[in-house]
Amino acid sequence: MKPSEADLSEWIRLDQARKSYRMGGQQVHALAGVSVSFSRGDFWAIMGPSGSGKSTLMNVLGCLDRLTSGKYLLDGRDVSRLSDDVRSEIRLRRIGFIFQSFHLIPQLTVQRNIELPLHYLGWDEEKSSVRARELAERVGLSERLHHRPAELSGGQMQRVAIARALANDPQIIVADEPTGNLDTTTGAQILELLAQLHRQGKTILMVTHEPDIAKHAEKRLYMVDGKIDWDRSMAP
Amino acid sequence: MKRTRIVRNVSLGVENLLLHKLRSFLTMLGVVFGVGSVVAMLSVGEGASQEALEQIRKLGSNNILISSIKPTEENANSTNPSFMSIYGLTYADQNRIDTGFRDIRRSVPVKAMRKDSRLGGRSLELRVVGTTSAWFDVVPRQVVAGRVLLPRDQTHRSPVAVLTEFGARKLLATEGTIGQSFRIGGDTFEIVGIVRSESGQAGSIQVPDQEVDVYIPIEVAQSYFGDVFTKRSSGTFIRERVELHQIIVEVDRTEAVEAVASGIGTMLKRFHKKADYIISIPLALLQEAEATKRRFNIVLGSIAGISLLVGGIGIMNIMLASVTERTREIGIRRAIGAKKMQILVQFLIETVVLSTVGGLIGLGIGVLIPFLITYFSGMPTVITLSGILLPISISLTIGLIFGIYPATRAAGVDPIVALRHE
Ligand SMILES: Nc1ncnc2c1ncn2[C@@H]1O[C@H](COP(=O)(O)OP(=O)(O)OP(=O)(O)O)[C@@H](O)[C@H]1O
Ligand SMILES: [Mg+2]
Repeated sequence: MKPSEADLSEWIRLDQARKSYRMGGQQVHALAGVSVSFSRGDFWAIMGPSGSGKSTLMNVLGCLDRLTSGKYLLDGRDVSRLSDDVRSEIRLRRIGFIFQSFHLIPQLTVQRNIELPLHYLGWDEEKSSVRARELAERVGLSERLHHRPAELSGGQMQRVAIARALANDPQIIVADEPTGNLDTTTGAQILELLAQLHRQGKTILMVTHEPDIAKHAEKRLYMVDGKIDWDRSMAP
Repeated sequence: MKRTRIVRNVSLGVENLLLHKLRSFLTMLGVVFGVGSVVAMLSVGEGASQEALEQIRKLGSNNILISSIKPTEENANSTNPSFMSIYGLTYADQNRIDTGFRDIRRSVPVKAMRKDSRLGGRSLELRVVGTTSAWFDVVPRQVVAGRVLLPRDQTHRSPVAVLTEFGARKLLATEGTIGQSFRIGGDTFEIVGIVRSESGQAGSIQVPDQEVDVYIPIEVAQSYFGDVFTKRSSGTFIRERVELHQIIVEVDRTEAVEAVASGIGTMLKRFHKKADYIISIPLALLQEAEATKRRFNIVLGSIAGISLLVGGIGIMNIMLASVTERTREIGIRRAIGAKKMQILVQFLIETVVLSTVGGLIGLGIGVLIPFLITYFSGMPTVITLSGILLPISISLTIGLIFGIYPATRAAGVDPIVALRHE
């Protein structure tokens, strides 16, 4: 089902989404009934105290994690019912992940890290290499293509991660505390990159603890104990 | 398109293994030695069995050799100087063999003796064999010069002699010697030919011409020298009467060899009160050699199997450690969109590359060892195509079998847990 003009607001929708873990006989509800929808092209900041379920929410929205109950509709398709392979395919074609601790593969060069999604997309070496250069230039790292992650600064590593997340030209960028390990100045630079992507029409879902960072997003979701605190959220 | 994808995956696997050169090398050592020993052992085994086959071929696989032996109890009585021991095969025996059995192509009588001989100024003892022209059909040897014995030599009772290479060497006879006369015992013979001779042994059976210097027609041998021989042994003379020292029987068909041999055995038993003959069958040696080779292959197979098993387990062990070490990498790849199957293939390829490269190095060592063995000990070794292809396919299979488990573990990694993994 293709999104029509009318249900654009329904592009990404969670309906009574629950994610529970059983920890030594005790149920932990990482998500305790979340109902929310995100529109195409939105830039959301997701906030809330530690352990409130932000990362869990990101993993679910990124099709990496499955719900215990409830529905996750992407383009009207119930993702939580799909097989592991189909969810991998969705991640590969539509989603770009950015993590707090960068998550680059240490033994691969910057170029190879950026090319990784293209490898799984089946691109040939030449095309991938051109694309990787282009992306590295976009994040300002053309000089570092043949370095390994360990030789880069935190900010540079996160830029490689962003370049990698962009390689498959995703519709949705899921960023879990992308500036969490960076100083304020570097964090601001990364945020500027994300804002730029937002201006290009990408949907950005970003977890952050810092109000300064969050204020750059147009919408804000505040989570407490696995639920959305609508009073503190801001969805103009 | 599909092939380039496989090539790319393999080259990525190789790249990753090259990051840890020492570890990768140590990991494949088990397979290196496993395959190396398989290749080396196969070639030694093959060499031994081909050597045995060659010896048996020299003896003739369709032949039955019946030899006279002195019965053991005779020796005790030989203190009497006028005593003469009579034993062995007779002309009548050969006649009965020739007429009594189907499936026999020809039989060759052999009368062996030692005679003082003289050619020009050279005088020495020769090992003389009286036989028929059929000898040269049953024991085919290349003619170096002149000719072999012919049926007309027998009918004319011609005093002709054919030298073997051994005899020619002793007498210093060459091509130019053909046509010359020389003396055997007190009689004059004409040298008509020189034939190549072979030596060697398979099991307890000697090549028939191993101890022959000269052939003469058997009729001539009998009428000139008789059937009684005097041997000197530790100061006393021993007189023996032996009509034939050996009868070589050539059977038509290989399948009939055993039946004919046992028939001859039964027949001889009827006419000989003493066990003064022995029947040997080269074909039985062939079967024995094959049985030995089978046993050898089983032992070899078990040793090789165990060492390859150990090698495979070694690889699996390291790959399992590698999966744990690279959990986070697996999580990252999965988050990016890699399917379980792609992770499985990635790790499987690494294992197969390890075991196959190990197999190739092992092959190199396994080819070198037989070469050195042959060079230093002279033992024959043979490397066959299957001796090369078998270990390679085994090492590939080892990689697949022992790679499956670690690769499945890698594919089964939960990406959420993996990404938290530090
Ligand atoms: N694999 C798991 N097993 C058990 N409990 C889990 C698991 N993953 C998350 N949780 C629990 O779910 C809750 C939400 O975790 P989550 O990581 O989503 O929090 P968060 O909002 O991202 O926190 P932070 O700001 O510290 O990153 C926590 O109570 C956590 O202990
Ligand atoms: Mg978190």
